[in-house]
Amino acid sequence: MPVLVPETLEEACAALAARPGATLLAGGTDLMVGINAGRTRPDDVVMVGRLAELRGWVRDGDHVVLGAGVTYTECMAEPLASLSPVLAQAARSVGSPQIRNAGTLGGNLGTASPAGDGVTALVALGGTVRVRSTEGERDLDLATFVTGPRRTERRPDELIVSVRVPVADGPQEFLKLGTRNAMVIAVASVALVVEPGAVRLAMGSVGPGPVRATEAEAFAASVVDWTTGTAAAGAADEFGALAAAASRPIDDHRSSAAYRRRAIEILAKRAFLRSFSS
Amino acid sequence: MNYKLSVNGTDHTVESTWEGESLLYVLRERLGLPGAKGACEQGECGSCSVLLDGDLVCSCLVLAAAAEGRDVRTVEAVAGPEGLSDVQQAFLDAGAVQCGFCTPGLIVAVHDLLERHPQPDDLTMREELAGNLCRCTGYGRIMEAVRMAADRRAASA
Repeated sequence: MPVLVPETLEEACAALAARPGATLLAGGTDLMVGINAGRTRPDDVVMVGRLAELRGWVRDGDHVVLGAGVTYTECMAEPLASLSPVLAQAARSVGSPQIRNAGTLGGNLGTASPAGDGVTALVALGGTVRVRSTEGERDLDLATFVTGPRRTERRPDELIVSVRVPVADGPQEFLKLGTRNAMVIAVASVALVVEPGAVRLAMGSVGPGPVRATEAEAFAASVVDWTTGTAAAGAADEFGALAAAASRPIDDHRSSAAYRRRAIEILAKRAFLRSFSS
Repeated sequence: MNYKLSVNGTDHTVESTWEGESLLYVLRERLGLPGAKGACEQGECGSCSVLLDGDLVCSCLVLAAAAEGRDVRTVEAVAGPEGLSDVQQAFLDAGAVQCGFCTPGLIVAVHDLLERHPQPDDLTMREELAGNLCRCTGYGRIMEAVRMAADRRAASA
């Protein structure tokens, strides 16, 4: 299990080109759990979490570009938290301080767990993800980047460089249900992003990847009075019901499908009520 | 594979090991630093907490071979030449140590907490220490120790 610690992004891409399919290591919060338990024995590991080119974030007009190595703790800190509240709220719900100091946005996106909190928020935000190999860079749609459980459009010779998401231009909410406040993997989660005239709702832990509730989104867009940011009483109930109908949960060791569907109904309703007064 | 680790300001060469070893394992089994405790090995319990480049992390989730060039600080470096640190003393004075297994991780975590929040309220304490499990105390004495250490620092400042 050779461990490579490249010092530059270019070196990292070259290392991946030489060993396509090598396991990428960022914060270690997923990979090391598997290694410690003896479930994972990677052939090659390329450490990318500390690459300077992947650290930090910049504002680019009405977007924010976040390096793949940005940690959850960094997502929670101002001024980034105000530029992307849904990401900050999702980050705050992850693990513990120890986990949030280590885990990265790029790692969460690349791992593409159906229960991932960062990835659910990113899908609601929309925007693009930049991947890079020795052949160059590609910008892919965040909404379709995750193709299934732990599967993405990233090729084995590519690494995630950054994500580019819109700066908040309306209410945003991330709500998550688990067995306790800290250290919990989502039983169900919702990420709601409101922009003038548009609503996006992504749901976590209720499908093979983040699930968009497109009918609920269209309903919200039509029912909200966009000049006042209000909605008729009862609209939230319908929004929650449409979200639940769009979820595709399964029974597993963490919860039942029926409980998850009901949880989504309530979380989506609550997110709607927090975003639009009646 | 050989690699170097900087732990508590001292450079160590780790020789001929399996590359999948966690920092926790290397600290305890190869470098003779058993302060960080191994329990869940999946980042849930915090008993292996260390500072990595100044950030509080679970050493069980750090691949040791990938930590070359980074600054590792363990609980062994907390006490100074003149004795226990203020947080360690407060843990003793408040009765926050029972079986002691979680104590090293909590000592590291509380030092980190007080660096960032010199006068934490109860909610801040609970949130900041949510990654450190204690099965003896019910956390009451631990929170008392945090208050004691914070108050003593404020009084001596």
